[in-house]
Amino acid sequence: MSDNAYGGLGPAGFTDSTEGPIYTVTGGDWEDVLGALGAEERITLNMGPQHPSTHGVLRMVLELEGETVKRVRPVVGYLHTGIEKNCEYRTWVQGTTFVTRMDYLSPLFNETAYCLAVEKLLGITEQVPERATVIRVIMMELCRISSHCVAFATNALEVGALSMMLYGFRERELVLDIFELVTGLRMNHAYVRPGGVAQDLPPGAIGEIVEFCEIMPKRLQEYEDLLLGNPIWQKRNQGVGYLDAAGCIALGVTGPMMRATGLPWDVRKIEPYCGYETYDFDIPTSLDSDCWGRFGVRLDEVRESVKIIQQAVDRLEPGPVMVADKKIAWPSQLALGADGMGNSLDHIRTIMGTSMEALIHHFKLVTEGFKVPPGQVYVPVESPRGELGYHVISAGGTHPYRVHVRDPSFINIGSIPALCEGGLVADVIAAVASVDPVMGGCDR
Amino acid sequence: MSELVPVAPVPPSDHGAFGVHGSGDTSGFGGLVRTGGPLLATERPLPDAFEQLYSTVERVFPQLGEAVERVVVDRGELTIHVKRQFIRQVCQVLRDDPGLRFEMCSSVGGVDYLADPTGRRLHCVYHLQSMTHRRRVRLEVSVPVEDPHIPSVVSVYPTADYQERETWDMFGIIFDNHPALTRILMPDDWEGHPQRKDYPLGGVPVEYKGAQIPPPEERRRYG
Repeated sequence: MSDNAYGGLGPAGFTDSTEGPIYTVTGGDWEDVLGALGAEERITLNMGPQHPSTHGVLRMVLELEGETVKRVRPVVGYLHTGIEKNCEYRTWVQGTTFVTRMDYLSPLFNETAYCLAVEKLLGITEQVPERATVIRVIMMELCRISSHCVAFATNALEVGALSMMLYGFRERELVLDIFELVTGLRMNHAYVRPGGVAQDLPPGAIGEIVEFCEIMPKRLQEYEDLLLGNPIWQKRNQGVGYLDAAGCIALGVTGPMMRATGLPWDVRKIEPYCGYETYDFDIPTSLDSDCWGRFGVRLDEVRESVKIIQQAVDRLEPGPVMVADKKIAWPSQLALGADGMGNSLDHIRTIMGTSMEALIHHFKLVTEGFKVPPGQVYVPVESPRGELGYHVISAGGTHPYRVHVRDPSFINIGSIPALCEGGLVADVIAAVASVDPVMGGCDR
Repeated sequence: MSELVPVAPVPPSDHGAFGVHGSGDTSGFGGLVRTGGPLLATERPLPDAFEQLYSTVERVFPQLGEAVERVVVDRGELTIHVKRQFIRQVCQVLRDDPGLRFEMCSSVGGVDYLADPTGRRLHCVYHLQSMTHRRRVRLEVSVPVEDPHIPSVVSVYPTADYQERETWDMFGIIFDNHPALTRILMPDDWEGHPQRKDYPLGGVPVEYKGAQIPPPEERRRYG
């Protein structure tokens, strides 16, 4: 058997030891080496956590045979910030400022789902004013559009369509301008609060929103004209990252990925919240079950979101945007000062000068917070990535006892091996892009 | 409509970081000891459609009386507290029976009820969704911290894989027969399970420019 010093054939040989054979490669052609060893050519490749195509800090360990992916293992946790734990040490109202930072592309969904859960625990779901609910719907659908714009942009960028990246972020910027006008911030708004929203829409906001709803469908047409007929785009996406409905259900995958298998599953229709049952909109689906289908579903969802926003704007009636219960609603009254938004000086003068009780009440409510009766609830909403569920537990105190988030990015990343294994290594990029994971939400 | 009735004494109330009793702790760091509420149960017949759902489970899973500790209907949600040795079987029945068809496991998560009157402080909570019948059910399993073993449901719901790993990572619940129960959010060499109630917030020393900065609670205090 052996024809060299190491007891093997040709350039590669082995010597037996008590711990098994020790292979020694002395040079020569790689094919001959592998042939002599009878081994498969399998390379383990680390991708990430800082890789331009992994949507933030997702790491994947790939096992390749040539160009074929044999195994993928996603590694997550690089953005873990302990938000769930932190929520236990803050008041119920402060919780909204934490959860908005989880999935940073859909902050308003996090806020709304958290607040719906707190309201359900408090038993005040029915008391939330209609205007607040309609504003929540408008803001969530705008947020869905901005999130999908980033999905279009990054998806296209990752398969090489650079101009689409610019267009996607351009339209997202329009939404962020509206958010800045309404909430004061482009991200991390803390705008939705238990009982309603922080403040009413400012003057001019409706005009901006209506204008945006006229612009967006035209831009969507541009995206379609730019990409869908492009043969490179088609070949990079069609038939890539296949996952059917049974696979989605087994792996818990929801959102556009599930709807791209032809299953019209959307929490807005199945378990309506915020009055979604009263809006006229469709659930876009596709039968492709691949990256192409997911992109198409997202495009159509933006159209449906525009329809919802237009209906919601028509329904806005003047009225309060926070529950009437003064034990829950913060008494603060905000006003626009020379240095930006802040407390209304007139209001502060009134409570400081005329009513000691009002001052104490204000102080106690803001520092200590309100108490929530003990119990647990699970509230799902349809975020741009699928079912975003908040499992919130109260022990009767002024802080949450536990906030657990079922984040769709976390669950959907679990499907990456099913999407990629057996395919080509270049298709891993397209498949991960079609999952549209947001690592802030995944790692929390 | 049946009422929730306590089945065990109410645990002692919480106290804040500065030893303040009966008040919320707004300091943000450590020290906040919180306890769960009393153990509650809902008596049969359960309200609304839950009785029909529960009796269906009873019919197709005759051991249910042995497997279930208590049932709670609260705020329109059904919680079935299951003994740990039955959790996989109960999930299998809930998934496969045509009258139940809970095809999707939405969420698996842990909770640490530090003062659980039964002494089993670590709870694992499963949220199941029936896509056919459009309803949800919550299963809850509780285990003592000294023996934190629960059978894995990954063979029934593959989606539970990552979530059971997260629950192990954060609470130290060991899921028997899980294919690869490793940490998922914390680093592999991390010690402790951060979301347990006796694990302090910010209680980790930090290295900064070569010096060890102690956790906030151990830093020098002024005044």
